[in-house]
Amino acid sequence: MRTAVAIWGLRGTNALSRLTGRGKGTVAGGRVGLALEPKLVALMAHGRRVALVSGTNGKTTTTALLAAALGADGARVATNATGSNMPAGHVAALVGDRRAARVVLEVDEGYLDAVLQDTQAEVVLLLNLSRDQLDRMSEVRMLAERWHRALQSVATSVIANADDPLVVFAARDAVSVTWVAAGLAWRADATGCPVCGSQIIFADGAWACATCAFARPQPSWSLAGTEAEGPSGSVALHLALPGRFNLDNALLALAASCEMGIELGAAATALGSVHDVAGRFITTQFAGSMVRMMLAKNPAGWSALLDLVADSADPVVVAINARVADGFDPSWLWDVPFARLAGRRVVATGDRWRDLSVRLRYAGVAHEVAEDRQEAVRLAANDSNGGVVDVIGNYTAFGEMLRDR
Amino acid sequence: MSAVRICVVYPDLLGTYGDGGNGEILVMRARWRGIDADLLLATSSDPLPPAELYCLGGGEDGPQVLAAERLRADGQLSRSVGDGAVVLAVCAGYQILGEAFPDASGSSHEGLGLFGLTTAKGTGPRAVGEVAAEVLAKSDGGLGLGALSGFENHGGLSQLAPGTAPLARVLSGVGNGVDGTEGALVGRMVGTYLHGPVLARNPELADQLLLWATGRAELDPLDDALAHDLRHERLASLSRATNRGGGARPR
Repeated sequence: MRTAVAIWGLRGTNALSRLTGRGKGTVAGGRVGLALEPKLVALMAHGRRVALVSGTNGKTTTTALLAAALGADGARVATNATGSNMPAGHVAALVGDRRAARVVLEVDEGYLDAVLQDTQAEVVLLLNLSRDQLDRMSEVRMLAERWHRALQSVATSVIANADDPLVVFAARDAVSVTWVAAGLAWRADATGCPVCGSQIIFADGAWACATCAFARPQPSWSLAGTEAEGPSGSVALHLALPGRFNLDNALLALAASCEMGIELGAAATALGSVHDVAGRFITTQFAGSMVRMMLAKNPAGWSALLDLVADSADPVVVAINARVADGFDPSWLWDVPFARLAGRRVVATGDRWRDLSVRLRYAGVAHEVAEDRQEAVRLAANDSNGGVVDVIGNYTAFGEMLRDR
Repeated sequence: MSAVRICVVYPDLLGTYGDGGNGEILVMRARWRGIDADLLLATSSDPLPPAELYCLGGGEDGPQVLAAERLRADGQLSRSVGDGAVVLAVCAGYQILGEAFPDASGSSHEGLGLFGLTTAKGTGPRAVGEVAAEVLAKSDGGLGLGALSGFENHGGLSQLAPGTAPLARVLSGVGNGVDGTEGALVGRMVGTYLHGPVLARNPELADQLLLWATGRAELDPLDDALAHDLRHERLASLSRATNRGGGARPR
């Protein structure tokens, strides 16, 4: 009865926020539902096949990839595709499609232990752990320790990135683990051994502690070019999403979907159908120009993205905010190798364009500034000869520009 | 004259909060003035190199303990300071240069003892947020640099020993957390809780460190309008928050 009331309250709130034009109201509805019934996630997940996706970078994209793969046999899949990755968003996804027997939830790193307990998920997919939003999040080692404790006490199958020492540390004592060679572009948070404090040595695609026995486990899934190789055979991945990091994300999603019984070839085909993940990597119109929209919210994400755009000569707009969802301290800008943008036309914008501009100056990147996002794109486009402008924003800056296009 | 060596100490252990930027800023400000400067990134697995200026940054609790152990075993930092080297130490890097500092559980570890300073684990929530602090005036034995802006994120409270001067007095924020002071100033060593990085927002502090490290009487002026604008905007954001009655953060 209480559950019914909670769902009724949630639906009412959703309808209300749609009527008042405040958006889809998924999170608002989820909050109301949780206030009326705190166990709503557990109740709504009961009896369904749930997969969770967590990590610092690639959550939203990998959630979309896994949802596509789990639907490869025509089954309905419920998912929090909007990136609302805390319990209110989970409730919204679970209630939004109650007929879907399969559920894929993107989970904020700090909520993984609670959501794991609530959903008793069949599979949890662990991407990577690196510094992000240090004013809100625990330091990354504390997070890995919390994951480790949570994963020891559930029967969940863990699909984990063998190339990230912090992820291996978190998953090493889980009941069932499938190791996936999913790469690690950013190593600065993984150089100290999480077990003994000594140094992790990276060499020849592997890693090991210089002192204790902690080392990269033998992966059962890996990539050779775009060919994914797993325990049951190999399959070519033809992704619509760009970048090496998305191939790595797809490999993890492939391993997770096979763990849940999807046929390898069908899963791979479904992964190739994903092309728009909440606006990431889309080319669209903004302020009268064509822009390529990209999201990077921390040094690891930026490093991967700067690799992706390294061969481009297109002008770049960089947009940085420091609101609650971004973290209030943009000091991390100094960990980003911005010098790689030197020589391109660069425009700094976002709430914190001053911090960014000082950073770019010391990195030797000549640039212009524009407080207004539209103006920033117009300035950048002056030099694009009608071509495409790369727009890279952190979380809320990206969301704002996506909304305002 | 040979190049001034600017050493970022243990970026693998004390590099979590973007403070490595301080080394980059110092090197660029020297080079823009035609002063030859080398940036040395000294990882913890190697002996610390001799340098004229050392920068230490913030780090996580476990790596902080390791950094203190290795610096004590290595000995170079204390030797260089004895020979007149300049130090900028931030957050965890600041704490380990004191007499004692806490780990995640609150147990105390021995620091390098370069600052007369003892840090204990605070009982309340972490100090997280924007800081404004007024640098002590020259007439009070301070550097007289005006208002500093930065972002703090720490759980420790630092008590200065009698005879150890603070760097600044807190206008808004927590700082050392015990007596309204922020940071420490001992000889040519500056300790602070401010990230941002601190030298990005406060170029006058960067130039003070460079004056000491190069032994020059003065430095050519640079165009710092942008950094001043940033500092002004950050300080103004604090007074706006205070005016709304919501500026204070939990202590």
